[in-house]
Amino acid sequence: MVKKQNKIKEELKGFGIDIVKQAEKGKNPTITLPVRALSNIIYDRKTRTLVLGKKMAERSFFNVAHAKKFLQTVEVASIIKRELLESGKHSSLRDVFYMAKRTIPGTTVNLVDDQTDSDKAIEDLEVVTTFSREQLHVNANKNGSIAGKVVIEDSGDTIDWSKLGSGGWSIPSNVENIKFKKVNAKYIIYMEKAAVWERLHEDKFWNKNNCIIISSQGQTTRGIRRLLQRLYEEHKLPIYVLVDNDPWGFYIYSVIKYGSIALAHAAERLTIPGVKFIGISCDDITKYDLKKHFIRFTDQDKARLKQIAEYDWFKDNKEWQRQFEMMKKNDAKVEIQSLSSRGISFISEKYLPEKIKNKEFLD
Amino acid sequence: MPEKIKAEELAKKQRQVSVSEFFVRNRHLLGFDNPVRALLMTVKELVDNSLDACDEMRVLPEIVIELKQLSESRYIVTVEDNGPGIVKVQIPNVFGKLLYGSKFAKLSQTRGKQGLGVSVSVLYSQLTTGKAIKVISKISSKKPAHYYELKINTQKNEPEILKEKEMDWKKDHGTKVEIELEAKYQKGRQSVDEYVKQTAIVNPHVNITYITPTKEKIFYKRVVEELPREPREIKPHPYGIELGTLMQMLISTTANTLTGFLQNDFSRIGSTTAKEMYNLASLNGKSNPRKLDATSAEKLFNAMQKVKVIAPPTDCLSPIGETLLIKGLKNEIKADFYAATSRSPTVYRGFPYIIEAAVAYGGELGKEETTRLLRLANRVPLLYQQGACAITEATTDTNWKPYGLQQSGSNMPIGPAIILLHIASVWVPFTNEAKDAVAHYPEIIKEIKLALQDVGRQLGSYIRKTVKVKEQQERVGLFEKYIPELSSSLYNLTGVNKGKIEASLQKILKKSLKNLLENGEKAK
Repeated sequence: MVKKQNKIKEELKGFGIDIVKQAEKGKNPTITLPVRALSNIIYDRKTRTLVLGKKMAERSFFNVAHAKKFLQTVEVASIIKRELLESGKHSSLRDVFYMAKRTIPGTTVNLVDDQTDSDKAIEDLEVVTTFSREQLHVNANKNGSIAGKVVIEDSGDTIDWSKLGSGGWSIPSNVENIKFKKVNAKYIIYMEKAAVWERLHEDKFWNKNNCIIISSQGQTTRGIRRLLQRLYEEHKLPIYVLVDNDPWGFYIYSVIKYGSIALAHAAERLTIPGVKFIGISCDDITKYDLKKHFIRFTDQDKARLKQIAEYDWFKDNKEWQRQFEMMKKNDAKVEIQSLSSRGISFISEKYLPEKIKNKEFLD
Repeated sequence: MPEKIKAEELAKKQRQVSVSEFFVRNRHLLGFDNPVRALLMTVKELVDNSLDACDEMRVLPEIVIELKQLSESRYIVTVEDNGPGIVKVQIPNVFGKLLYGSKFAKLSQTRGKQGLGVSVSVLYSQLTTGKAIKVISKISSKKPAHYYELKINTQKNEPEILKEKEMDWKKDHGTKVEIELEAKYQKGRQSVDEYVKQTAIVNPHVNITYITPTKEKIFYKRVVEELPREPREIKPHPYGIELGTLMQMLISTTANTLTGFLQNDFSRIGSTTAKEMYNLASLNGKSNPRKLDATSAEKLFNAMQKVKVIAPPTDCLSPIGETLLIKGLKNEIKADFYAATSRSPTVYRGFPYIIEAAVAYGGELGKEETTRLLRLANRVPLLYQQGACAITEATTDTNWKPYGLQQSGSNMPIGPAIILLHIASVWVPFTNEAKDAVAHYPEIIKEIKLALQDVGRQLGSYIRKTVKVKEQQERVGLFEKYIPELSSSLYNLTGVNKGKIEASLQKILKKSLKNLLENGEKAK
């Protein structure tokens, strides 16, 4: 542990020393970073993940357009090293923003204008040092709940995921140091809606079906993705994703399975190529008679669907293209909760068990 | 012949319309339609006459203008000059008779023209107060000054002398006029204050002492000790006359032959051109011009317009000049930048004219305000009817954006600037008798635009240069401020001495300054 900490500190220091050396040689201090934009994202067909391409961008201090960003990156690096790593404390993204925020003397320029500036600097440092944000002692907010017959150890405490009342265990941003002591589950269901999780939890779905249920609220956080990946890799648990029948739901599935553009540099630690899509599929709409719960597509929905259908990793997938076609024809979306129209526990008693039994998944 | 009887009957009803009746009906045409404007018009007529007189005498003008308030709506305007003075017998005629003057139908670049101005003020004074005007004038140190109290007999259009006497006056020569009238004094863009200020700008050879109704004494000191070039009188050009004028000229000519008339009374007509004209009109060159009937006069007029005649001489004009325009502006308006242009003389309808433009930018001028336009004709400020003026049209029609001012559509530009435009001509085509606005002759508008574009280009290159310098300074300044920040961040990160890092960064900044500025531009 301590050894690794030192290595991270040394890596950050090395980043600074390199800049100092460039300056001493009379060179314009420059940081070289891979371009983190769709133009430099490659879908690796072998590993089935999104990874960064080879396009590099240079950021120089003596360049009107780069100077401020350059300063932000170095300042955030020094904050992480001195304030967090050296004291052994962790902080949130928001904390880092406030630690960096100040007006540069003699100007009206703020070192960071809003949190996106410091967030971006942290992402840059992840790329530069190859350590994750959590390893740099910066955590995101807790997000998501989990329940199942699993016992873990976290920061010296033993926690039983089956004995945490109605709220379940909330998933921290950093799940790196969690140890799985006992895992008794056949699969994992990950859902985008907290309300659906609560339904399944109240119905003791995880107990009856011997599985783990995890939810987030909206986009899947890094902590959840990493936790899913660890359970998938360390305990070989199949993962099924349950989302709304809309382009945004499809994208949540896509991010967990293939990775995202913003975090392509962390693909290795986060993507899970083996996850499967359980629902709501367009076929479910017919099968479970959900058409009456259609919500009309907005122009935004239409545009998003078109974009997703054109992604490299979906382009040649016939089954998915069929889904996109059907959704386009529907010109409408359906929420998971619409299943409740057939009874409040229809989802836990009928829908999910049936789908899992019949192996009705999309890959 | 029934027609004749009818005409005779009609003649009985016809009577001479008295000048006062004419005035009351048409006071708006003459600029006396409200008390604010009446005050301005009176000052303007008096000052214009004083300046014209001084210029004619080739003496550097010393003008004193005083406004005295008697009651809420009653003022006394006094204007005193050091001009040549008026000979005794002429004093009553100059002030007490409408349409009497030396400058009527004379083609030279003077301020006044019709001999209408001062006497209209006198008439207005008389109609609103019943008071006589007071005049003192002296033509030489060897002669006494003459004092008159005058009114106009509105029935006969003749001066009425209420008092006259000889008196001592400290001046060697000059004239002082005092007019009491119903008026209203206001500040602002169309005020006497503004008129005096603009007059000082475009007459940089004049000393003006101006005493306001609140007894404030403002002194406009001359910035040049030389008189402007004396404008020369020219004869009419055949393209610039109307049929009526031609008929008047035929009657009053001293020439005994038609060919003589054409050659003597017009500019640019020699014997060949004259022959071409009367031949085209099928008239005899040796005939008596005074005996030409109306039909022949019209034939002659048409022929004169058809024959090719070279443009009139233009050396008769007296422009202000670029140097003096800038000097005049500098004296009254504190700005960062001044530019002026004086175009070559050109001709419209046989009348030579010159367009001059100037611009002042920055300094104390308001940043986000509509740019002010100072319109001047023969060195006289035009304060009313801006919207109806060809100068305004040419200004709003010019695209000011490339010259660094903001502008939306065809509106006045916006920015910290003043635009001055001066038209000098032997005959400025005004839209009305109050001489408020220049008429919309396309050739004049085109010429004004060319002048505006010229000063515009100078302004644009100044703005670009200063803005560029400012941006460059800001850019370098930014790096200077960033260096200590980066150095302390790097010190915290690496432990390397902060001063050492700062020194190497400063060194790079100095070395790559030029490069940096160019890069910055490319980035833009």
